[in-house]
Amino acid sequence: MNFIIGAFKSACNISVTFSDGRSRKQVPLKKENGQTVMVPLFQSKENITGTISIEPVSGKKVEHNGIKIELLGQIEMYFDKGNFYDFTSLVRELDVPGEIYERKTFPFEFSTVEMPYETYNGVNVRLRYVLKVTISRGYAGSITEYQDFVVRNFSPLPPINNSIKMEVGIEDCLHIEFEYNKSKRRESTGSGANTHVETETLAKFELMDGAPVRGESIPIRLFLSPYEMTPTYRNINNKFSVKYYLNLVLVDEEDRRYFKQQEITIYRLVEAS
Amino acid sequence: MIADGVEDEEKWLSAGIAGLQQNAFYMHRALDSNNLKDALKYSAQMLSELRTSRLSPHKYYELYMRAFDELRKLEIFFKEETSRGCSIVELYELVQHAGNILPRLYLLCTVGSVYIKSKEAPAKDVLKDLVEMCRGIEHPLRGLFLRSYLSQVSRDKLPDIGSEYEGDADTVMDAVEFVLQNFTEMNKLWVRMQHQGPTREKDKREKERSELRELVGKNLHVLSQIEGVDLEMYKEIVLPRLLEQIINCKDELAQYYLMDCIIQVFPDEYHLQTLETLLNACPQLQSSVDVKTVLSRLMERLSNYAATGGEVLTEFFQVEAFAKLNNAIGKVIEAQDSLPIAGVVTLYASLLTFTLQVHPDRLDYVDQILGACVLKLSEREKLDDNKATKQIVALLSAPLDKYKDIDTALKLSNYPRVMEFLNDGTNKEMANVIIQNIMKNKTRISTAEKVDALFELIKGLIRDLDEVHNDELDEDFQEEQNSVARLIQMLHSDDPEEMLKIINTVRKHILTGGAKRLPYTVPPLIFDSLKLVRRLEGQDESASGDEASTTPKKIFQIVAQTIEALTSIPAPELALALYLQCAEAANDSDLEPVAYEFFTQAYILYEEEITDSKAQVTSIHLIIGTLQRMHVFGVENRDALTHKATGYSAKLLKKPDQCRAVYACSHMFWLDEHDSIRDGERVLLCLKRAIRIGNAVQQMSNATKGNSGSVVLFIEILNKYLYFYEKGVAQITVESIQGLIELIRSEMQGDGSSSDPAADAFLASTLRYIQFQKDKGGAVGEKYKLIIV
Repeated sequence: MNFIIGAFKSACNISVTFSDGRSRKQVPLKKENGQTVMVPLFQSKENITGTISIEPVSGKKVEHNGIKIELLGQIEMYFDKGNFYDFTSLVRELDVPGEIYERKTFPFEFSTVEMPYETYNGVNVRLRYVLKVTISRGYAGSITEYQDFVVRNFSPLPPINNSIKMEVGIEDCLHIEFEYNKSKRRESTGSGANTHVETETLAKFELMDGAPVRGESIPIRLFLSPYEMTPTYRNINNKFSVKYYLNLVLVDEEDRRYFKQQEITIYRLVEAS
Repeated sequence: MIADGVEDEEKWLSAGIAGLQQNAFYMHRALDSNNLKDALKYSAQMLSELRTSRLSPHKYYELYMRAFDELRKLEIFFKEETSRGCSIVELYELVQHAGNILPRLYLLCTVGSVYIKSKEAPAKDVLKDLVEMCRGIEHPLRGLFLRSYLSQVSRDKLPDIGSEYEGDADTVMDAVEFVLQNFTEMNKLWVRMQHQGPTREKDKREKERSELRELVGKNLHVLSQIEGVDLEMYKEIVLPRLLEQIINCKDELAQYYLMDCIIQVFPDEYHLQTLETLLNACPQLQSSVDVKTVLSRLMERLSNYAATGGEVLTEFFQVEAFAKLNNAIGKVIEAQDSLPIAGVVTLYASLLTFTLQVHPDRLDYVDQILGACVLKLSEREKLDDNKATKQIVALLSAPLDKYKDIDTALKLSNYPRVMEFLNDGTNKEMANVIIQNIMKNKTRISTAEKVDALFELIKGLIRDLDEVHNDELDEDFQEEQNSVARLIQMLHSDDPEEMLKIINTVRKHILTGGAKRLPYTVPPLIFDSLKLVRRLEGQDESASGDEASTTPKKIFQIVAQTIEALTSIPAPELALALYLQCAEAANDSDLEPVAYEFFTQAYILYEEEITDSKAQVTSIHLIIGTLQRMHVFGVENRDALTHKATGYSAKLLKKPDQCRAVYACSHMFWLDEHDSIRDGERVLLCLKRAIRIGNAVQQMSNATKGNSGSVVLFIEILNKYLYFYEKGVAQITVESIQGLIELIRSEMQGDGSSSDPAADAFLASTLRYIQFQKDKGGAVGEKYKLIIV
């Protein structure tokens, strides 16, 4: 039995340690198997440094044709599962071909890495960043280990930030105008991919109860914090986009509905702290 | 259909309550286990029951009250939560995640209350946010209740002066602003309610809407409770803002209620100082608004305020309250064509009450009001409106009640003019009020001029005002006329000449009263006159200087003429009695011819007018009684009169009446105190004649009924014998008495005699008297000893 297990078991343990792992912020990331793990958070143009440690299992030696570490930025479309499109790929050779008898560590460094896109888990698409360690072996097949990390980028305040107006109504009968004091936030609907458009309602929020009189203005305040949101992504690497909309619904006395849609841009600001 | 509707509503209500209780149960569990997330979830679900549109305001209120109770618990929980370290700011955000707006806002208000208490943010900021956010509910009923809730939870947390929530700057303004805004929004919602739903249910809706008015009015109450609202702020900010909203809402129900609210809620002093502003708003209200009641209430309040007296009154003068009110009322009446006359009078009555309270010395104001009233009344037909007449009575009674003196009312030139407009019934009623007032206050009316005015005023009672002669001889009529009689008795002047004028005036008035009234009004006037005569008796020697004017003779002339009026009615018995009274008065004044004349008149009446035998009996006894006391007559006159009287007596129809009248006549011939009138012969003659008639009675009785009649007549005659015997009339002898007793006894034991217990007892007591006098001894005793029984 041991033999069998041994045959499928990887011959060594590989672990990735980030050099600032203790101090770096950790965020939750949902894995494919549904589990949520805590992974470090980076942003574009940061240095990603750390060490790889390889420890053969119980005194066995590991023979290899070289060890490398890659930093990959991948987009995976779920209709084409398993097929990753790498938009970023950086490689560092860690070791020349040889043998490893005991625990051995290799430092690595990717400096000022361009990571233009944010990590994203959508309905039809996934964008992820991963460190991939590969121990190449001949016939025995390579040993690989992945370490996910999350990238979030802050954007500067968009230059246009004037109020937006929306109007919904029935001609010559009822008009309701909606005005938001800023255009780049608030209310939300939908996420889509380039060919496949998937719309998802994030929240329903009742704004007003009853029929207002002419000239009445109703304050609206919607907190986004309870909803899982990302910034607006436009045409990420020609693969997908995520857009947010405010969808205004007016329900009249006979339960007829009138709609008006307005896209809003969500962006991420440097956290104040 | 309607019954179904009600039943359905019951069903919906109980469904709502059930839903509410179920969620409240889960909410309690969450509260007990400090589970904030669940608490928010279930409380929001619980509050969702309030989103219903199916309940009438009444039922909705029931549901709301239950939710309200639950929210109190939630508020306590929130407070504990913050003391456990949960940030109130976070909590304030957290409750806003609720998807439905109504539960969200209820929760927001609840947390907001805790937020203010925590003082982590200025109260004014939180309040401002809450009152703004509540705009999200535009449904009238739900909005009203939500804002009512906001008002309820915030009322003890306003940043008022002296409040712990007071900030550094001028935060009272913020408190006021908050309440005003909430009030304005609530009123808008309330007014809008009438337009919801089908037109045919409008009445029902208005009724329901009326039930909700207190929710709106409460805001005004809150405003009035804010310490920082001083006169200055009230004048400059609060009142103008309130009035602006009230006028602009253009809704009858709201305008009426809220105006009244303002009047009732804020202090009197404020009203006084802002009178102009308040009054100017009145003509701007919808024409259907019952402005008169609003104004009446205002004046009522101000009147009561003025009643506190002292310095307060000077304030009234300073602001020229009367002129302003008068002006405002004029405008309102002008503006509202449709205002019923009752309304007009009500307004004036209120103003009058106010004036009497504030300017009791300004009779010209009072007269001015009455004048304005006359002007309005004269534009229409005579009043038949019940309400209006009632108000006029109130209007006219007010000055009487105030001054407690009809004198003052008589000075008001417009007073009688107002009375002109009353219908007969009310006119009488008013006249009665006036008389009652005089009697209650024992007012002395002492000049002829005033009496004239007064009688003009109460002419409704004095004479028939129109041609309709319905049979008014009922109790009310008697009551009224008795009042008039009492009034006549109360007229008095110390100056005899003035008194005579008064009598003449009264006479002039009452003679117009007609047959029905004279029997009530003449006697008191006669007695007034006789009273005056007696007054003159005491002084006529001393005041003989101006004899020409007021003499008993002159008075007697008037009196005689007055009584004559009675004969035309006819009321001969009354006239006769009065003549005799006058004769007696003339007797006391030593006016023989006058007395004789009165007697003559009485006799003529007796002979010509009094035909009823019963009336004759009464009258003849009156004549005898009066004549007996007369001492002014000379022998000749007296003989003539007594002769006639005895003649009348003997001619009465019934024998027993004859008998009694005749023996009564005996008294006319014997006066103890007058030596000239002691004629024993005639006394005896009368008595003997009486016995003769008595015998005749007995015989007639034997002839017709077969038994002798009562001996009572004889016993009565015996008593007369004893009387004169005792007085020492020589002609009355012991023997004759003895004989009479014998006669009586034999009659009583006679064959055909029926036993008469009354006669037995009468005789027994007469005999006992004789015995008693015997035992007394002295001169009388000696006399009686001679009688042997």
